[in-house]
Amino acid sequence: MEILPWMDGALTTEIGDVPRVRAALGLRDLMGAIMARWGIGRMQYCVPPGLYAVGSPGARSPVLVSANYKLSFDRLRGALSGQDAWILVLDTRGINVWCAAGKGTFGTDEIVRRVQSTGLDRIVLSRALVLPQLGAPGVSAHVVLKRSGFRVIYGPVRVEDLPAFLDAGMVAEPEMRRVRFDLRDRAVLIPVELVMGAKYALLLAAAVLLLSGLGLDGYSLARVRATGLPAAGLILGSFLCAAVLGPTLLPWLPGRAFSIKGGALGLLLAGAWAVLGGAGMGASWLHAAAWILIVTALSSFVVMNFTGASTYTSLSGVLREMRFAVPAQLAAAVVGFGLWLIGLFVRGA
Amino acid sequence: MKYLEGVVTLEFDEARCNGCGMCTRVCPHTVFRMENKRAVVADRGACMECGACARNCAPEAIRVRAGVGCAAGVLIGLLKRTGPTCDCSRGSTCC
Repeated sequence: MEILPWMDGALTTEIGDVPRVRAALGLRDLMGAIMARWGIGRMQYCVPPGLYAVGSPGARSPVLVSANYKLSFDRLRGALSGQDAWILVLDTRGINVWCAAGKGTFGTDEIVRRVQSTGLDRIVLSRALVLPQLGAPGVSAHVVLKRSGFRVIYGPVRVEDLPAFLDAGMVAEPEMRRVRFDLRDRAVLIPVELVMGAKYALLLAAAVLLLSGLGLDGYSLARVRATGLPAAGLILGSFLCAAVLGPTLLPWLPGRAFSIKGGALGLLLAGAWAVLGGAGMGASWLHAAAWILIVTALSSFVVMNFTGASTYTSLSGVLREMRFAVPAQLAAAVVGFGLWLIGLFVRGA
Repeated sequence: MKYLEGVVTLEFDEARCNGCGMCTRVCPHTVFRMENKRAVVADRGACMECGACARNCAPEAIRVRAGVGCAAGVLIGLLKRTGPTCDCSRGSTCC
């Protein structure tokens, strides 16, 4: 058994040594979480699947099932100080519970397999597994019972409610069953949105910078500086604002479709850019019109992509909104860049 | 926060419901409610088509096209011709 920093010795049981995990998170765990939130090593942030102990669990202690994304696993053990429990970590390829359940890796087959391979039935008397509620899209509780003899009990959505759920005899208050999408929940997702979108925004900004030198008088580096730099700044600034303000202001942006919310934010941003710095928007009406279209399309697209991170959008709804939004975004972007290019020539030298 | 109304594929066959209440426990958006020992659809518009209810309904009274409401996944699926995927977790090289 490899000893990892978050382990605290081992518990000797009938099925061999079961690693004991610390219920307190250390500085290293915290740093790891921050890095994962910024997309650094996020796809390799995992713990080995298998059985773990928290405190000094015995034959009657609860068995809590988790994913092997370390961020998920850490949240669970961090909520268990003072508790005695078993943690059964499934192999979800380092993906969190809800996403893995959607893919089926946090699923019926893996639970049955993991229960058997660990020999769980030899160390616990109760035949029950406590799953996070958000594991349910991948798990058929009645099938797990039939195939493994273990009953599935769905615990609360949020791990903070787990101690109260266990103390109440494994009963969840209705509020514990409801997924939320509070400001805090949305804010922690912003860094990954920024990191994932940044390369496209940078490419777009570079393209605009490169093209801005064009004009009737040939290629002008002076124009790259005067028109191109502010234009690239507009693209990057708009992307940054959409990726940060979209999630932050989500409930207050008008409309229900994310593309509409993003479009509204884009108009607001274009207005703000016009007021803050006319230079970036260009002195000509052509460039002003171009930027209103481009910024609106860009913001609409960025916020539309936040549907994947949200906790309440359905696939049918996303398909519905994309049917009108993607053509509209494309049209606005194409017309916008067209006007902007024409503006370079009309203004001339 | 509410998403688009009248779009979801959720179907519930009351005649098959055995009243176990599992759907009310797994749904993260309180779409189901128990009434006279049977489940009823109380808030269809809140459904996000995660599929938890259907998968945990032993008598198979619930049907829904389960999927992830992710625009990026839909776009990638279109480009790769695979249909909507949940592709931001690709390239995982874990354990």
